[in-house]
Amino acid sequence: MADPVIVGAGPAGIAAAEVLCAAGLRPILIDEGARAGGQGYRRPAESLALDMARLMGSEARKYAALHRRFEALLPRIDYRPGTLVWAIDGDTLHLLRDGRAETLCFDRLLIASGAMDRIAPLPGWTLPGVFTLGGAQVALKDQGCLIGSRVAFLGSSPLLALAAKQYREMGAEIAVIADTTALRAKAAALPALLHAPRTLARGLWYMAASLRAGTKMLHGAVPVAIEGSERVEALLLHDARGRERRFACDAVALGYGLKPETQLADLAGATFVYDADFRLFLPKIDGMGRARPGLYLAGDGVRIGGADAAEASGALAAHAILSDLGRPAEIAVTRRLARRVQRLRDFQRGLARAFAWPRAQIAALDDAVTLCRCENVTVGAVRASMARDLGPAEVNRVKAITRCGMGRCQGRVCGPALQELVAAECGGDGLAAGRLRGQAPVKPIALAAAMDGS
Amino acid sequence: MTGRTTDVAIVGGGLVGAWTAFFLARRGQRVTVLEKGVVGAQSSGVNFGNLRLQGRFPGQYPLSLRSQALWEEFEALTGEDCEFEQSGHLYLAYDAEEHARLESYAEVSESYGLAIERLEPADLRRRWPWLGQQAVAATFSARDATANPRLATPAVMRAAARHGASVRENTRVVDIGRSGDGFTLALANGETLSCGALVNSAGAWALEIAERFGETAPLFPAGPPQFVTEPFPYLIAPSIQAIDGSVIFRQIPRGNVILAGYPRTAADPQANRAPVPPAKTLAAMRALARVAPVLAQCHVIRVWSGIEAYLPDMIPVIGPSQTTAGLFHAFGFCGHGFQIGPGVGACLSEMILDGGTQTPLAPFGIGRFRSATQVSEKFRKEFD
Repeated sequence: MADPVIVGAGPAGIAAAEVLCAAGLRPILIDEGARAGGQGYRRPAESLALDMARLMGSEARKYAALHRRFEALLPRIDYRPGTLVWAIDGDTLHLLRDGRAETLCFDRLLIASGAMDRIAPLPGWTLPGVFTLGGAQVALKDQGCLIGSRVAFLGSSPLLALAAKQYREMGAEIAVIADTTALRAKAAALPALLHAPRTLARGLWYMAASLRAGTKMLHGAVPVAIEGSERVEALLLHDARGRERRFACDAVALGYGLKPETQLADLAGATFVYDADFRLFLPKIDGMGRARPGLYLAGDGVRIGGADAAEASGALAAHAILSDLGRPAEIAVTRRLARRVQRLRDFQRGLARAFAWPRAQIAALDDAVTLCRCENVTVGAVRASMARDLGPAEVNRVKAITRCGMGRCQGRVCGPALQELVAAECGGDGLAAGRLRGQAPVKPIALAAAMDGS
Repeated sequence: MTGRTTDVAIVGGGLVGAWTAFFLARRGQRVTVLEKGVVGAQSSGVNFGNLRLQGRFPGQYPLSLRSQALWEEFEALTGEDCEFEQSGHLYLAYDAEEHARLESYAEVSESYGLAIERLEPADLRRRWPWLGQQAVAATFSARDATANPRLATPAVMRAAARHGASVRENTRVVDIGRSGDGFTLALANGETLSCGALVNSAGAWALEIAERFGETAPLFPAGPPQFVTEPFPYLIAPSIQAIDGSVIFRQIPRGNVILAGYPRTAADPQANRAPVPPAKTLAAMRALARVAPVLAQCHVIRVWSGIEAYLPDMIPVIGPSQTTAGLFHAFGFCGHGFQIGPGVGACLSEMILDGGTQTPLAPFGIGRFRSATQVSEKFRKEFD
């Protein structure tokens, strides 16, 4: 029997490896990143000497603990950093390590591929100086860089206030935190958010901190455009009372919540189901994270739940592997983990309702706005293709005809917005709009990778 | 033909179905195209887009040249652009045996009036200095071209519709019966439709129709592994093919390099999937980097294949049924149907309306499978 393979060394992958090691197995832990920790608990290069305790704030202890636990695990696992899984063919993973292709066979595969920002385009979103909220945090944690010296945070997410706080503490000026969700929509979602009172309190505390620091904070803002000739110069929006507001800035961080990175689950044969709250197609899993025999999915890569849910779901999926290997079930432990995962994911579901993905804003985008920046396809080109006789009425066909989603990122950036635009043309039905099918390679690979060996 | 729903029913809305509908409708026929999915979404829409004239099956040249003339007029005929690029086709040989094959292909091409340029390694170095150095000889045909398959079929189908054809997508035919000298078709939605002539252009799904009328062909589904790279500055004008088929590639003016290569790969028409084994992608990447080392650092961004219908003699079925008057077959294009699509449509329209066509199609009759099937050398080379 081959050792279980875990893809992704974030909180879910590390927690899963811990459980498997404790049971006497030696998992193979593959990670695209150079250093373990995933996105949220990302570790800067040693040479940077960043003050991570200050940067991580209330999560500093968890950050330090996770990395301590990982160090302790290292001698007991086969850890392969800097390794991309670019394709999955049956029971074979196709890897890219140090610029070379190699393969790895598996019996049991746990994918904890994490999440990325979900992008809602607006006029000017392709200008230099516009980042995703996650990208803005990566610049900070990985490189010790700020995306600008005067930064506007725009979107619909509790993480806007968190990232603004991190930026303020590292010396950036905050032009504005503009949340497109109205305060009353957030209030209406409070009952669901009480699933995780600690997380809720943290979110409120970040908001309060922003207010104390004198940062301008708008709720119910309507984005108009990011302005600038060569790069970002200002963010233009309407406030909740309909007044036009212009905020001078040299960078914008866009955050409309996260979407699971499901490409590997797709290639590994997971079934997808439309989730009307998140308005995304998500892999189908059982209560412990099984997607099909031998395939387990955990963390934000399958359901957005945050770092704590990722850890618990990683451990839970590892228990599923052990149970499927015929090991005696640890019923009390798995039940506790399952409850915890459920509660934290319910909280995120509440958040998804409170901090709404701006589907109406996307449906109303001007024809001239770029939708797919890899292939330079406009919103108007998509609408025009669909309006023709025998035009496409589903995302994969729209992609085939317009090239939207066909470029370097393979729709990871424009996909959710494309889906909403197609849905809007089909009467708002996200399910009918269809799901962009995944294809290898998950990330671009150079021809040179195939040379020598294999 | 009064009392009938339509004069001609065409089952299969791919490129052949579209051109057949176009030529029939243009001559005033009532035509109904029945497509189980959407038009041009199967092999017509996902193929490499090659309008190659070099190296074809000898008996296909009249059809092929007739088709190329139609491609050259595509915009005038359909009113749409399909990214037709007449940038030629370069065939590369890497040893003496391949050189001999190249020469025999060239002689056949020339016998049908195609202009073939013979190139020495020195010519290759001068004209395409970025090519790898190993090729021993090459031939170039300037009339060969490429087009964007994703755009072509919908464009032809819209033109057919403008001439009056009825194009019905998401319409599955569940039963076909004989009624008098015509046919009755039952659709999945419960509707029935009657017609005088029936065209079977259902691609990898065509056998079911043929077998209803007591004929068969050793048809099987497969597809070429293909990939596309990120865009980089436009450098490679012709479509380039190693004669062993390990690489066939072209660069489109917007910069991406598109590749197809043998061996072909399995496809599943029932599940509607044609996955590309990563090992074949890697083999094709290696082969491309050998032929064009300049591309070594270029990144592959996407792979795909398609569900094409193949026959062991590597030529299609085109022509009337041997059992049933009024039934016409056009399927099993063995990975080279895109170029001849327009000509096949024109010939079928003539068979239906005039009782025959001037274009010689004798080798392509379905009756050939009643005797022992020939297995083409191509077949042995292109599959693993």
